[in-house]
Amino acid sequence: MADMFAKIVDYFSYDFVRYAMIVGILVSVCAALFGVILVLKRFSFIGDGLSHVAFGAMAIAAVAGVSDKMVIIMPVTILTAILLLGAGKNAKVKGESSVAMVSVGAMALGYLVMSAFSSSSNVAGDVCGSLFGSFSILTLTKADMILCISISAIVLVFFVLAYNRMFAVTFDEDFSKATGVRAALNNLVIAVITAVIIVLAQRLVGSLLVSALLIFPALSAMRVARSFRSTVIVSVIISVACSSFGILASILLSTPVGPTVVCADIIAFGICFAAGKILKR
Amino acid sequence: MVQIKCNDVSLGYDGKNIVEHLDFEIESGDFLCIVGDNGSGKTTLMKALLGLKKVSSGSIDFADRATGRRLGYLPQQSEERSEFPATVEEVVLSGLVGSLGAKCFFSRSGRKTARENLYRLGISDLAKKPFSKLSGGQRQRALLARALCAVEDMILLDEPVSGLDPAATEDMYELICELNKNHGVTVIMITHDIDAAVRYANKVLYIGKEPSFFTSVDEYVASPVFPARKEA
Repeated sequence: MADMFAKIVDYFSYDFVRYAMIVGILVSVCAALFGVILVLKRFSFIGDGLSHVAFGAMAIAAVAGVSDKMVIIMPVTILTAILLLGAGKNAKVKGESSVAMVSVGAMALGYLVMSAFSSSSNVAGDVCGSLFGSFSILTLTKADMILCISISAIVLVFFVLAYNRMFAVTFDEDFSKATGVRAALNNLVIAVITAVIIVLAQRLVGSLLVSALLIFPALSAMRVARSFRSTVIVSVIISVACSSFGILASILLSTPVGPTVVCADIIAFGICFAAGKILKR
Repeated sequence: MVQIKCNDVSLGYDGKNIVEHLDFEIESGDFLCIVGDNGSGKTTLMKALLGLKKVSSGSIDFADRATGRRLGYLPQQSEERSEFPATVEEVVLSGLVGSLGAKCFFSRSGRKTARENLYRLGISDLAKKPFSKLSGGQRQRALLARALCAVEDMILLDEPVSGLDPAATEDMYELICELNKNHGVTVIMITHDIDAAVRYANKVLYIGKEPSFFTSVDEYVASPVFPARKEA
């Protein structure tokens, strides 16, 4: 045990481990906050769809040889989020089918582009890495970390300021509209922020597992919390605990970061589920 | 004082009108019941009053420009919100969000309004309870308190007693009546319950297969669309 502790302390003397931890925690906080909104608005599948789009965009950015892939991934994902949310309302193709279409289309296109044009010698490894999160979180630079800190700060401030409005719109959109809340604007901002969080979280757990980071903490919290406020708080606590635990465990056991974090989330959900049953909440 | 005035309003979907030429006025303190067959456009009209739907022609004018289209209402019961983690207090406070303006947080007076409405509806003791754990009648009271937080002097109710047992139904009507009589709240209620309409309302708007009309309760009872008369 003491040995393990010493090992962890040793690891924390490296910059890249500290960066990974900071970024992991910040992303988890943001994902947990907006995950609650997504789950309650029944938008979980949009998060899943967007993560696949982010993969497609990343593949294109990689092949195009752009030095900073974010320049392509971020706008493409945000734009898709806005389109999908708008499409949910009044398009010919119904919301959920259009999400499935866009999602699977982006995956196919991404892999096709990567295998056809990539100059890398290890395409399969690259693809697997971006889907399941490889170890890229351990290769974060200081600039990555600063970007992540600034975006997280914006997301956090927005959440606190818009908390009451978001609750009203999520609980009952029609009612809030009737009382003069600009629900459409609210939904738009939620879509954009979700897209941003997904792009950030992709580094941590990979495209396929991103939605786990969004929905698991929220669903776990809903098992045990009674109010909206406590759901949000518990969701953040669970998310941060699972991600820190997952990152540490993955370093100690040399397992891939993403799946380890998601496993921690699954275990947390199991515990909350049982606790909810016992407490009869 | 006239609170809402509908001038030759027509409503419909996809260019097809389901309700045409509605003309009526609602004065403060009125208890208006909107009655009519299923699918005749009662809920559509309510959505138009709330500003959730555009009228195809005509206009709806509000006397109080300051509140404009900001109205509180009690939606039809739905199971959608039954899993939502929220306390009664959080739900009731959400009625105040529309009047926050540029602010982000509720003021002390806002919180006081919410407490007063909880008290008025006799659910102060439920404030910290999860909304999902309430009975049907308690839920309706909580949502009514939320509506009163949004607008003090007028509520719109869409089938407020559907799904409630007889005792809860009676309670709900008493409550609505008491808000109307003792607190001067204008009530607009969609209902299938003709008995209740006759008992509590002072005005009736009939929407249905026959041409729509707007009258006092007495005239409605004497009219050919009154169910008792139809059967006779």
